[in-house]
Amino acid sequence: MPTATFKIWRGNVHGGKFEDYQTEISEGMVVLDAMHQIQAESAGDLAVRWNCKAGKCGSCSAEVNGMPKLMCMTRLSDLPLDRPVTVEPMKAFPLIKDLVTDVSWNYRVKQKIKKFKPRSPDAADGTWRFTQEDADRVQEFRKCIECYLCQDVCHVLREHHLHDEFIGPRFFVHLAGLEMHPLDTENRLEELKTAQGIGYCNITKCCTKVCPESITITDNAIIPLKERVVDEFYDPLLKLFRIFKPGRK
Amino acid sequence: MSGFVRWEFLRIGESFDKAKGKEQKATGLENFLMAQYEKFEHDVLVIGAGGAGLRAAIEASAAGVSVGLICKSLLGKAHTVMAEGGIAAALANVDDRDNWKVHFADTMRGGQYLNNWRMAELHAKEAPARVNELEAWGALFDRTNDGRILQRNFGGHKYPRLAHVGDRTGLEMIRTLQDHGIHQGLDVHMECTVVTLLQDGDRVVGAFAYDRERGRFKIFHAKAVVLATGGVGRAYKITSNSWEYTGDGLALAYHAGAELMDMEFLQFHPTGMVWPPSVRGILVTEGVRGEGGVLRNKEGRRFMFDDIPELYRNQTADNEEEGWRYCQGDKNARRPAELLTRDHVARCIVREIKEGRGSPHGGVFLDISWIKERIPHAAEHIKKKLPSMYHQFMALAGIDITKEPMEVGPTTHYMMGGIRVDADSQMSNVPGLFAAGECAAGLHGSNRLGGNSLSDLLVFGKRAGEFAAQFAKTHGAGKLDERQIERAATLALAPFEKSNSGENPYKLQDELQDFMQDLVGIVRKQNEMERAMELIHQLKERALKAGVTGNREYNSGWHTALDLFNMLTVSEAITLAALERQESRGAHFREDFQGKDKSWGQANLVLRKGASGEMQISRAPIPPMSPELEKIVEEMK
Repeated sequence: MPTATFKIWRGNVHGGKFEDYQTEISEGMVVLDAMHQIQAESAGDLAVRWNCKAGKCGSCSAEVNGMPKLMCMTRLSDLPLDRPVTVEPMKAFPLIKDLVTDVSWNYRVKQKIKKFKPRSPDAADGTWRFTQEDADRVQEFRKCIECYLCQDVCHVLREHHLHDEFIGPRFFVHLAGLEMHPLDTENRLEELKTAQGIGYCNITKCCTKVCPESITITDNAIIPLKERVVDEFYDPLLKLFRIFKPGRK
Repeated sequence: MSGFVRWEFLRIGESFDKAKGKEQKATGLENFLMAQYEKFEHDVLVIGAGGAGLRAAIEASAAGVSVGLICKSLLGKAHTVMAEGGIAAALANVDDRDNWKVHFADTMRGGQYLNNWRMAELHAKEAPARVNELEAWGALFDRTNDGRILQRNFGGHKYPRLAHVGDRTGLEMIRTLQDHGIHQGLDVHMECTVVTLLQDGDRVVGAFAYDRERGRFKIFHAKAVVLATGGVGRAYKITSNSWEYTGDGLALAYHAGAELMDMEFLQFHPTGMVWPPSVRGILVTEGVRGEGGVLRNKEGRRFMFDDIPELYRNQTADNEEEGWRYCQGDKNARRPAELLTRDHVARCIVREIKEGRGSPHGGVFLDISWIKERIPHAAEHIKKKLPSMYHQFMALAGIDITKEPMEVGPTTHYMMGGIRVDADSQMSNVPGLFAAGECAAGLHGSNRLGGNSLSDLLVFGKRAGEFAAQFAKTHGAGKLDERQIERAATLALAPFEKSNSGENPYKLQDELQDFMQDLVGIVRKQNEMERAMELIHQLKERALKAGVTGNREYNSGWHTALDLFNMLTVSEAITLAALERQESRGAHFREDFQGKDKSWGQANLVLRKGASGEMQISRAPIPPMSPELEKIVEEMK
């Protein structure tokens, strides 16, 4: 069987380096398979985070040949194997060990976002009525598997480290899912403009490019949210209108 | 045999004080704990953060007690995310003939009447409210034309009953529960694995765990503990289950004195991917067949029509045309043979493969692309209804399911058996220890219907949370025992002492998966299972000698070495129960006892740990159903 070489980042917060590992390649193999094989053969303590191995849980995010990828969905047949495949951890988060990073910041960010608040039920039995079209608008955002690859590639986080002022593409997708939810009545625009820092996004669309769920993050989530913020805070006509009729969703 | 006893002895442990010095013993418990371990106090501790665990945690927290939630992985990554088809609930939005009674009767028939009928009743009655509650928490289900929750057809369900979101219902469910739960004040412990439960006498009073990141030990002190750890599929080679599914909850409960039940009933989902090899076992949703997908052998024959069981003859179409009309929503049509129960479909597929009529890579063909002969814009329709399946085959196998058939074969999918619990409260026979979801037994009997798992998680997750909170409110905190903690720590660290001289834990796991697949799989016979039992006992010996290198930080080898103990316990339970049940029923098929046996239809098999550590098995007669439920079953036969 043919073999391939993998240049894998080994190390922790105190430092580390790339190490080469060779392993046999079989048909249909993905990068995660290779990592498992290497664990079993020659690096028992190699840290790899994974769960479903089917592209559904978003655990095995890493950078393969410099590209943010789910290791379980990256087929070796799509990579040039005549040279080593580099596998390294995401860069926007603190390293724990080897390929595993500390993504807990994302969980703290989400907790601060105002929760879903539905309108009163439409029917006497406490249920709601809305159309499939209304659901479709939001379901794209709800496909997100929270792999955080969009966060990893976003320069506001990756290069400028503005984690305290900017929530990143993942959470704009989450917010778009809430704001455009057919039943939701909460208003989250003030925070979106201030604490969540949507203004920092300058629409380079890197997040959209790496999304394994093909969510059109920039066009469908971030830009509409930016427009809502503009309408709310910067539209002179609306401002005038609000003087006479304050309050909206 | 001595090895067997020693292994059990180690797990229950008696004399592991020697490794830790006397000086530590001299200090008080508090000092000892403070010095060595992080300690957490919760009224209710929920172990497992999939659908059942999250729902239990939300309920307990709403009841006003403090709740700790332990996730083996990151929050929101549990195996529930992989559920595809939908949540079964008799909402009657699509067919108004549906109600809880029909759902109850379907569930009992599917389980071939070994189900805990009280659980089946509660489940059928309460599932609609649990689904509506998810909508109130933000879940966005697909809609009917009049704007209500849409429901789809699934195997064994008489009417379209599965509330769904395309084919990613599990993701919608776990995200909804996660996003609701994080605002409830739960203490979430991510990437934390429980090694053993801690007990005060019989009662469970906490858990001993390690965190993945640093390998530090954590002590959880709780008034009540809910196990929601899911299934056991990782004990098999070909499985749809994720990394976490190593039978942890079942093993933890068993070693704490809880009874396990129905362990011989392990569901092999009929349709997993078979090619390429690295994706073998990944699930292909039953929703494909619900949307009109058909199974064919290499001769192009729809073989499922060749063998329709007596129990289902009245409700199954006898020709392909009627089956198609059913999938199109014709209320007068009966369902196609492809939508028979999973146990039966899996066996028919095995038969086709064994008799040489399989596909090139050892499966059969599942074809949804054929519907282009029947409906316009079929490709768009398929992508809309089955987006993840389209994506999965495109990305992993290079196959466009709108144009060509998939190759599929059975994959280890779901454990019907598990911890034996009280139907109403979900408490096990161990005081303070509750269980819900896949790790609990009872609802599904000998075979689970698709869609009944997600509803199980919600209905019984809620109940477990409610009753665990009640237990916590009415019982004081029990005592932690320093010796139990020391023993657990010593055992957990043993693989580091062996280091390179020990056995490779990955290799041990591989061996277990290989022989469980071959010897205790879909078609079982006595001599093979006896061989498996010998191998299990040998592996138990060798598991004690597993050695790992490196340090305690995020060390997968170490985690594998510890998971092995749980996998071996559940493998032994599965094999022992499968040997004992000398008949074929539901998911349990014995080549040497092919028919159903009436007397076996009146009992569940219960496993418990004997005084000297051996696994004991006994028959537990099924109590008679109430006359009201009996009547429902008879009427719907």
